[in-house]
Amino acid sequence: MENVDYMKLVYEFHNEMLANKFTLVYEGEITHQITKAFTSLAENKMDSYSEDASMKKKVFHVMVECLQNLSKHAEDYENPDGKGFSGNGIFIVGRLGNDNQDYHVLTGNAVENAKVPELKALLEKINQLDKDGLKELFKKQMREGSLSDKGGAGLGLIDIARKTGEKLEYNFVEIDDKTSFFLLRTIISRK
Amino acid sequence: MEVIKIKGTEDTPNVILDAESNIIEFSGRSLPEDVVTFYAPVLQWIEEYAKSPNPKTEVIFRLEYFNTASSKILLDILLKFEDILNEGNEVVVQWYFQEDDEDMQEAGEEYSEIVDIPFEMHSY
Repeated sequence: MENVDYMKLVYEFHNEMLANKFTLVYEGEITHQITKAFTSLAENKMDSYSEDASMKKKVFHVMVECLQNLSKHAEDYENPDGKGFSGNGIFIVGRLGNDNQDYHVLTGNAVENAKVPELKALLEKINQLDKDGLKELFKKQMREGSLSDKGGAGLGLIDIARKTGEKLEYNFVEIDDKTSFFLLRTIISRK
Repeated sequence: MEVIKIKGTEDTPNVILDAESNIIEFSGRSLPEDVVTFYAPVLQWIEEYAKSPNPKTEVIFRLEYFNTASSKILLDILLKFEDILNEGNEVVVQWYFQEDDEDMQEAGEEYSEIVDIPFEMHSY
């Protein structure tokens, strides 16, 4: 009977995905290969209904930056007992159920609590800035920042906010005294 | 001097670094898995080139897309060419962008604000 329940769950999940217009859901290790596969999948899908070129570009860009954030930062946390979210994340791309057919990209990954204040401060700063402010912050970070050993430039979140013109929606859920789960949602609106 | 020709893929750009023919060009897409490793030979080549550059250097960018990690490295590349300019050589950047690609146009304009090299913008 367990099997039947499981099958039912899959069916419910399928319906849930359709109802919420989740076109892509992934939980697991985010690698460069996965990033490439997802972005080309999304491009093909958007081609199939002749999505507008600038929209396509924006969705592609947000996906790349979000996935690369996951592949670079989700590794930062090593759970000593081998459990948890080490190197893993959740990634969702969907279309919103409004008439404009906007898109959203969601990511979730574990971060060390010690890194939360810095990340929160950056997110808050980004959300306070207007178009010109974001441009200046991007240029400043590009000039003054350096690439981490994982190849991160600290520019991804700033750039997502610039390219979409939307505020970043985020939440931190504390898992335990060492770790939190960081959720980030980006809207790509047609405007 | 050594000629570097890297054939582009879906996530790495076409690169031509040819001092003798005076062609320095980056085109296509840039979102490599590891930007540092991918661009290391490029930066090394420019350092070599800086020792005896051509009287006039044109750097051509005809990129369709690059991620933020690449944008940082592109600035590093431009800063190396700025050094060549500051040594008293002529350097010009030819920045190409697709007609309706405002992001790519803006990216070129931003680089031109950061570095002292003259930029010529071209839409295609």
